[in-house]
Amino acid sequence: MNKTGSPMLLLQKVSQKYQAENGEVTALENISFQVDEGEFISLVGPSGCGKSTLLSIIAGLLPPTHGEVFIEGEPVRGVSPKIGYMLQRDQLLEWRTIYRNVLFGLELRHQLTEENIQYTNRLLETYGLWEFKDKYPSQLSGGMRQRAALIRTLAVRPQLLLLDEAFSALDYQTRLAVTDDVYRILKQERKTAVMVTHDIPESISMSDRIVVLAARPGRIKEIHPITFRLDERTPFLCREQPEFSQYFNTIWKELDVHV
Amino acid sequence: MYETVSKERKEYLKKKKFRRISILVCQIAALVLLGVLWEVLANLGVIDSFIMSQPSRIAKTFLNLSANRLHWHLWVTCYETLTGFFLGVTGGTLLAVLLWWSEYLSKVLEPFLVVLNSLPKIALGPVIIIWVGAGTQAIIVMALAISTIVTVLEMLNGFLATDPDSVKMAETFGANRAQVFAKIILPSNLHTLFNSMKINIGLSLVGVIAGEFLVSKAGLGYLIVYGGQVFQLDLVMTSVLILAVMASLLYKGVLLLEKFAFRLVSHAGSGSF
Repeated sequence: MNKTGSPMLLLQKVSQKYQAENGEVTALENISFQVDEGEFISLVGPSGCGKSTLLSIIAGLLPPTHGEVFIEGEPVRGVSPKIGYMLQRDQLLEWRTIYRNVLFGLELRHQLTEENIQYTNRLLETYGLWEFKDKYPSQLSGGMRQRAALIRTLAVRPQLLLLDEAFSALDYQTRLAVTDDVYRILKQERKTAVMVTHDIPESISMSDRIVVLAARPGRIKEIHPITFRLDERTPFLCREQPEFSQYFNTIWKELDVHV
Repeated sequence: MYETVSKERKEYLKKKKFRRISILVCQIAALVLLGVLWEVLANLGVIDSFIMSQPSRIAKTFLNLSANRLHWHLWVTCYETLTGFFLGVTGGTLLAVLLWWSEYLSKVLEPFLVVLNSLPKIALGPVIIIWVGAGTQAIIVMALAISTIVTVLEMLNGFLATDPDSVKMAETFGANRAQVFAKIILPSNLHTLFNSMKINIGLSLVGVIAGEFLVSKAGLGYLIVYGGQVFQLDLVMTSVLILAVMASLLYKGVLLLEKFAFRLVSHAGSGSF
């Protein structure tokens, strides 16, 4: 709970139906859960369970056919300025320098104030991208590009971060490093996050809770709290814990993957 | 940097340079050979220079024309082509923006665009002349008729093929449609714009020459038709050669413009994109 007394994110009986020519498809059915401030939640599920659709609904990019989404108690109508969204690929614009890329969100929202620019500068300095600010995206490594994309998202000061398979386009080693990196930054900036992924280890290593979805129609199967006996939690350390494989087995069985 | 260049590297560079030069030499040789062969065969009477013309007569005609009103004919064709080109590119792009903006409109207009695209626009010649009058304006409209639709389709395809995730990224920051267009769609399609300009410059020239065939008092197309009518193949051949040079120069101009534009975009950094 935050100061307003409302949870950061609340979904109430969200359903989504698609009308296609050959009939009606129920993509999501009766999804309800809540996310408190500072929490890191993952949505995992088989392909076709509508997890990315759910994220678009939370972001306000897609109005649900039924149900309501509340961010800090306010119903979501259209894209909420309280959210920050990260996509699978970094989507840095190749014709802009890193600096103009990270300011892109503020520019679109007409919020290029002195204060916001200072804040972005601080993010660039803190997270080691200041000396690369005049470079173009093609001159940066995959990990750095993802970090620049994160700073672009953080620059508009979202309360709630939505990560849509944000690391799946990276190669395995970069991915481990970037998840650690992003996790540290999100914790340091005290952000709430909802992540969609199909990578179970990734979700276990980062989340406080994992929402397992079932497919056709997409619905909540189970919500697992994830805890580790660690003083200072990082995704990398979590992967070495004995509980890690137990969580993995539980969730793997629940997903009931058939090839 | 003072790096020592390895022997293999030197060898490689040398080979590459040799290859480039040898290709150029072959190209020039082929041209010269063709010219000489043409001239010799015409002098020997193997080919009839009255029908086929010959290089020396072309050269003579060219000098004669230069002393007369060649610059005027060049200017007329060039002016008509460039006017058609600029109007075609701007008009076509604006139409494409409109169709991108409204998917509904684009669906409504789709069959008409397909028909207009496959229709040989030269068939509209008489209609154009009657509607806008027999003169320069008819020639420019002809160039427009030929080049605009292609530009519309090319640009629209480019707009619609823009990475939807790029658009989504902008939308998550609350971007409206105009912002999405100005900051994502348009800069992503700079290549498309120049590709359609490359097609457009050629098509404008086709339109202008076709227009000049139908109705004109000056221009390279006029010279060609006139030469044909009075059976002066020297004049026809000369004009065609000049036209070939002009066409490639115009194309080169677009290439230069492209290079310049891309340098501007990637160096300025402070541009509006």
